[in-house]
Parts: sequence; C-alpha cells; structure tokens
Amino acid sequence: MNASRFGEFLAGIRDELPILLGVAPFGMIYGVLALSAGISAAAAQSMSFIVFAGSSQFIAAQLVASGTPAVLIVLTIGIVNLRHALYSASIAPYFRKLGPYWKWMLSYLLTDEAYAVSITRFQRENPGNPDENSDLSLRHWYFLGAGLALWSTWQLSTAVGIFLGQQVPASWSLDFTLPLTFLALVVPVLRDRASVVAALTAGVVAVMASSLPFNLGLILAALVGISAGLWSESR
Amino acid sequence: MSWLWLTMLVAGLLTYAIRLSFIQLFTRIEISQPVRRALRYVPPAVLTAILFPELLLPAGQLDLSAGNSRLLAGLVASMVAWRTKNAFLTILVGMLVLLLLQSFQG
Repeated sequence: MNASRFGEFLAGIRDELPILLGVAPFGMIYGVLALSAGISAAAAQSMSFIVFAGSSQFIAAQLVASGTPAVLIVLTIGIVNLRHALYSASIAPYFRKLGPYWKWMLSYLLTDEAYAVSITRFQRENPGNPDENSDLSLRHWYFLGAGLALWSTWQLSTAVGIFLGQQVPASWSLDFTLPLTFLALVVPVLRDRASVVAALTAGVVAVMASSLPFNLGLILAALVGISAGLWSESR
Repeated sequence: MSWLWLTMLVAGLLTYAIRLSFIQLFTRIEISQPVRRALRYVPPAVLTAILFPELLLPAGQLDLSAGNSRLLAGLVASMVAWRTKNAFLTILVGMLVLLLLQSFQG
C-alpha cells in the first residue's frame, strides 16, 4: 500500500518534470522583475510562498513599480487568479472523498501547471464518473507529487532570480517560456472535436477581449470557450 | 513597506480561497451532470485563453505578420507538441526558434 502511494507520488513528479523547464526561467525573471520594482528580496520571495501564482505575481510587481494603490493590487491579483475557481470545480470531483486536511493542502498547490498535468491524467484514466472507482483512490498522491515539484521549482527559481538580479538580460526573452509551457500543457487535452472547438473559441475571444481591464478578458474567454465546447458536443 | 506585506497576505488569502472554493463546496453538494459536462472543457478553454494573447499580441497589439517571431516560434512548437507529445522538447525547440529568429532580426 505504501509502495503504491509512493509510486503515485513519484509518477506525479515525473510527469511534472518536463514542464519545469518552462517554469524555472519564468520564476527567475519574476525574481529579477520584483527587485527592479523596488520590492525587497524578502518580500519578493515571500510573495512566491504566500500568493504562489506566477502571472499574478508578475502583474503585482509591475503594479507596485507604478505606485498602484494596495486595494487595486489585491483586486487585480484576485481577478487574474479567478480562473483557479474553474480549476477547483473541475478537479473537485476527483478530490471529493478526501479528508479536509488533504483538501486544504492540495488547494494551496492548485496551480495552472499542477492542475493541467493532473487533470489530463485523471480524465484519461477515468473519463466517466469520477466517483465510481476504487482502484484510483491514490490519485491525490499523484497531485501532491506534481504540486510539490512545481512548488519547489517556483521557490528555488525565484531565489535564483533574486540572487542573479540584473544579470538576466531581457534579450534572452525568457518570458517566452510561459506561453511555451501552456502550449505543452494544452496539446494533450485536445482529445476530440469539442475540446478543439472550446480551445479555439476561447483563444480568439481572449485576443479580442484583451483590452478589458483587470484581465477580465481571460475569464470571459474561458466561459465562452466552455459554452462553445458544449455546443459542439451536442451537435 | 509594511503595506506591501499586508497586500501580499490579503492577496494570498484571496487566491487560496479561490483555489479551495469548489473543492470545498462540492464536498456537500452533488455535482449535476450538465455542470460535469461543462467542466470537461475547462482545461482547453482556460489554457488557450492564456496562450493566444501571448502569441498573437506580442506588443499588446494584434500582429499576424511573419515579423511576429513569437507567433512563428509558437507555431513550430505546436507542431513539435502535436507530433512528439513531449513537453520538454516543445519548450526547448520553441525557445531556440525564438532566439534564432530574434538573432536574424538583429
């Protein structure tokens, strides 16, 4: 029993590893950006620990640099991270039978990257009803492995970025690892026509709505994309 | 800068509450079949909603030209992702193509 728990934990780490190639440079440039925004090294590192959500930390650093009021910073971070509510709903069926401590811990680790890798595997193994199975009851160990791999990489790469400071030139375009990471995450979930329709619709709406304030275009695009997927499925 | 620490703490709690929301809520209430069907499309919809603007709006404006090296590198990387299903290779090739294109543009 213990061996298979550990096995699931290791499988989660193993599947998350390739994604870390894209996450580590992004964590580094967050560290660099935070320092140049006038945030102290201690606060920059703590933000990776407390908020633990890459793109919102980037935006927060930019808002601090431009002297934005604290209330607006909190509001912006909240809206940028609103997509995690969709992740929470989507992964909730797989965590239903867990005790409260597991739920509280795994929620802290619910990032884009840990979510995408885990849900891809959960849906592949069990496309039907998530409640009706007993043999997959160790999947929270898989998520824990993926989540902790991402978490440690994010903390460590933030520290490296803070340490290196301005020695990471902008001409390296390391911020491009973020879209590449999402590219690598999205291709495996495009399994049928309806999910392709959902993806393309959401992408186009996100581009058209990109000028909306507080990144609201992202949530709008996600909701329209989900509706398009349902519509395509029913045809 | 103690206001910054307070800001981070509130933002962190808010982010955590968002992440916990439905994991906690769906413990008590049953998830209906239509909602369950809709949730299947969360991964493709949200991930591309983040991805597309990064590739198509490199400087905040729509750029579908061949001069958009992020779009070209992204297209090459999608081919690699689609053919190999290898995330490591996808990120590596995409990054190398971008740096190569940027070195040509000088």
